[in-house]
This record gives sequence, C-alpha cells and structure tokens, in this order.
Amino acid sequence: MSGPVASVGRKAPDDRSAPALEVRGLTVHYGDVLALDDVSLALRRGTVCGLIGMNGSGKSTLFKAIMGTVKPDRGSVSIAGRAPKQARRAGIVGYVPQSEEVDWSFPLSVYDVVMMGRYGFQNFLRHPRPSDRAAVAEALDRVELTGLADRRIGALSGGQRKRAFVARGLAQGADVLLLDEPFAGVDKRSEATISDLLRELASSGGTVLVSSHDLEALPRLADEAILLLRRVLLHGTPEEALRPEQLARAFGLDLTGRTEE
Amino acid sequence: MPIIDLLLEPLGYDFMQRAFLVTVTAAIVCGVLSCWLVLIGWSLMGDAVSHAVLPGVVLAYMLGTPFAVGALVFGVAAVALIGIVRSTSRVKEDAAIGVVFTTLFALGIVLISVVPSQTDLGHILFGNLLGVSASDLVQVLVLGAVTLAILLLKRRDLTLYAFDPTHAHAIGLNPKVLGGLLLGLLALTVVVALQAVGVVLVVAMLIIPGATAYLLTDRFARMLVISPIIAAACSIAGIYLSYYLDASSGGMVVLTMGAVFTLVYLFAPQQGVIGRRVTAAARRRQVPASV
Repeated sequence: MSGPVASVGRKAPDDRSAPALEVRGLTVHYGDVLALDDVSLALRRGTVCGLIGMNGSGKSTLFKAIMGTVKPDRGSVSIAGRAPKQARRAGIVGYVPQSEEVDWSFPLSVYDVVMMGRYGFQNFLRHPRPSDRAAVAEALDRVELTGLADRRIGALSGGQRKRAFVARGLAQGADVLLLDEPFAGVDKRSEATISDLLRELASSGGTVLVSSHDLEALPRLADEAILLLRRVLLHGTPEEALRPEQLARAFGLDLTGRTEE
Repeated sequence: MPIIDLLLEPLGYDFMQRAFLVTVTAAIVCGVLSCWLVLIGWSLMGDAVSHAVLPGVVLAYMLGTPFAVGALVFGVAAVALIGIVRSTSRVKEDAAIGVVFTTLFALGIVLISVVPSQTDLGHILFGNLLGVSASDLVQVLVLGAVTLAILLLKRRDLTLYAFDPTHAHAIGLNPKVLGGLLLGLLALTVVVALQAVGVVLVVAMLIIPGATAYLLTDRFARMLVISPIIAAACSIAGIYLSYYLDASSGGMVVLTMGAVFTLVYLFAPQQGVIGRRVTAAARRRQVPASV
C-alpha cells in the first residue's frame, strides 16, 4: 500500500509533453448572452493557476466548459493531450464545486463523499476494495479530516466542507483539479491548509486551476494568474495580474474614481 | 379472542394472503426507491408517473395484454414528454409535469368512461387488493424483484447522481443515463404498487417512507433499510385495520404511513419537532452533572 495514491489503477498519460490543460478559442453563449469569448489558455504540469474575475465574468462557465457540462459554440478543450471525454473516463479531472451547488442536507458522511472519488476505479457495483479504503484514509489524513470522517458532510464548517471535497479529488488521484471559489466563506486556517495542499499537489506534478476572490493570498497560492472578463485579459504572474491598472480592467473599475477616494 | 387469532384469521383466506404479499412487495420496492426521490426532490415526478400510467393500464385491459406493459409504456412516455416540454419551451419543470400528467390522467378517466368492460376499471384508481389474481401476483413479484435488484445493485451510482451529478460527469459516468435509469425504475415501481393502493395513492408509498426515514437518520445507507421496513410494517398494519374495520385497504395503508410519519415528525430524537427539544433538554441536564 506504499506509493502514490494517484497511480492506483491508472494508465500513464499518453503524452507527457502536452499541456496539462489546453483551451483553444472557446466561445459560449447562454441564449443571446455571450459568456465566454474566444478564450484560449494553456497550463503546464505542476502549476497552480489563479482565475480572477468579477461575478459574471465567465469563471464558472469556463469550468463547466472544461468539464464538458456546457457545450461551447466554438473551440476545443484538451486535458493532458486527450479529448475531454477520454480524460474524464481516465479519472484525470477532479472538480471541487461551489458551495451553492451542493445539497448540504444530504445524509452522507465525509467518508462517503470522499469514497465517491474512487468510483471511477471500481467495478459497476462500486464496491470499495482495500486499496480504495486506503486511498480515502490517506486523502482524509492529508486534509486533516480523519477525526471527522463519520460526521455528516453538512455538519462541517465551511472550510472543512471544502477540504472534504479536495480530499475527494485527492482520493480520485486527479491530475487536473478545478476549484470554483474554494475560499468563499472559509476560515483562514482552512484556507491555509487548502493552499498548502494545492501547492503540494502542483509540486508532485498536478495541475490546479482555482478561481478566487482573495487577491491578497494569490501570490502565495498561485504560480500564474488569469484575468477573465469573458475574454482572457491577461495570463501572467500573480504580481502582473495584481497591478491596479490590470485589476481595474478585469473588475471594470474607474481608476481615477478610486484615487479620488 | 386472543390477539394471535386476530392476526391469523385473515391469513386463512387465499385472497388475503395474496393481498399481503402484493402490498408488502410494493411497499418494500417503493420504500427503497423513495429514499432517492425525497432527496432529489422528485415527489412531483413520482406523482406524475403514477397518474400518467392510467391510460396505459386501461388500454392494456382493452387489448388483453398484461397491465404492466401498458403502464410501463405510458410511464416512460410521460417522463419523455415532460422532458421535451421543459427543454424545448420556456415552461418550467413543475408546470411541464403538471400539464403532462393531468392530461394523461384525464385521458385515462375518459377511456374508463367509454370502454365497456367486465372488470371494474375504477379499481385501477383506488387499488383492488382483495381481487388480486394468481397471475397478478406473479407479475408483481417478478417485477418487484427485478426493480429491487437493480435499485440495490446500482445504489451507489444512484446516490452519487442524487448528490453530485457534476462529479458523476467528471469521472466519466453519464448523469443523464443515471437519471433515466432512476425514472425507468420509478415507472416499474408504480406498476408494482398499482394493484396494492391504486393510481391515486401510489405517490404516498413513493414519498412517505423515505421522508420518514430521512427524519430518523443521517446515513443514506440506513435510510435504505429503515424506509422499506417502515413501508412494509405500515402496509401489514393497514391491511389488518382495513380487514377489521371493513374500510378501504389502500386508504388504510396510506393512513397508517401518514400516522407513522406524524409520530416521527414530532418525536424523532434529532429531527422531530418535539423530540429535538427533549434531546436538547436532556443534554443540558447532563452537562452540569459531568462538569
């Protein structure tokens, strides 16, 4: 039971040199509303990338398009050199949903939720094997929730809930982890734990795309940052993204108005 | 008369034995399925499918085919129609459900009123527990066993679908297929329960046991055990009551379920309206003692 969890029951990616995540010319409409306009980006293996933009800038839509739950009008997504469907089947993509997307009254324990990360490895009955239990135990340990494994998922604090979903991604051994606003309504300790975990994940070859409102914590968390306002305004270092004139573009602020305050 | 005789007397009749078997089978299948329905919020969908099968059952009687076939065709058709109306117009899901199932139910009522039949088709509406034939019983037992087996074998996938369809999608499963499977099993379950309580009251069996179990536990796996046990126990009690009170059997079964739900709603230790106050008060008394 030694060795990395991520390698259990997993084929090696076809193409190590391909970007971990590549989006080309992605355009998405909801009815007449343009949500994403010709978005292209490429993330290398081993990077944490912060996705910054105001509400309605298309962050969640970008996640959904990468996941394949929203059909783009144009453009393509490739994950570790594979088509999204093949990547999903291989269990490469992990997703940590926004809090509002989850029914917290659901009668499932933390352990049950993390075990769902293992379903892709199991036969059609999803009967947990010892290797699955070991992977879940290790994931719970890494997010420091071992003592709360039997707690109902909705009985956890905001930060603990997020850590439980990150643990599900760890148990899954996802190479590409997508996190939609993981720090919203989360205490500082959990934010630090999650940030450290994401950094660890990246240093062991994983790739993380994380949308966040917490601009202050960005340089510590991310290697790169993307400013999104339906289009990619900037893809650079966190420091570049945090320059006032860049943030003003992304958040539609009037710079002269701010300096007058 | 000793209680044991009161309990044994109805079992002396073949038709009562069949009534018990059919109702308990229906109750167990409904009880298991209802766990997912109440958590996803598909109560109205259960109501819809159970009403929509009515024309199918009437047509099956007319054509002389097993009633399960007609019911299944219309159950699946209703689900498909609801999906089409919702996804191709601006009408919201609950309205789409309301339009489709009431229309199909009305079609069934009209068919009953114009079709001359030696069977009293009114029994489809309210169940005909005492008139279960041997071949009806076989149909119910086989369909019930198949439905229950699929539900239990695929329970983990169904729970994943109910809890987090996006994650199901992310690991390469198809949430639409899982949702379709659950709806298909709903149609089958309605067919199983039809004879026991009738089209109108099937929804009670699809909702009340799961809702009751949900108030009693925080574990889905335990809900899957508690819910069918409650459903089966209420069914047996309801049939005895209807036998001795000479009252509608389907009605009595559902009334019993409603009564048990009320008790649990009031007195469940964690979730009950009164029960949680008692639990909290007991905890308060304990705290100073242990400090």
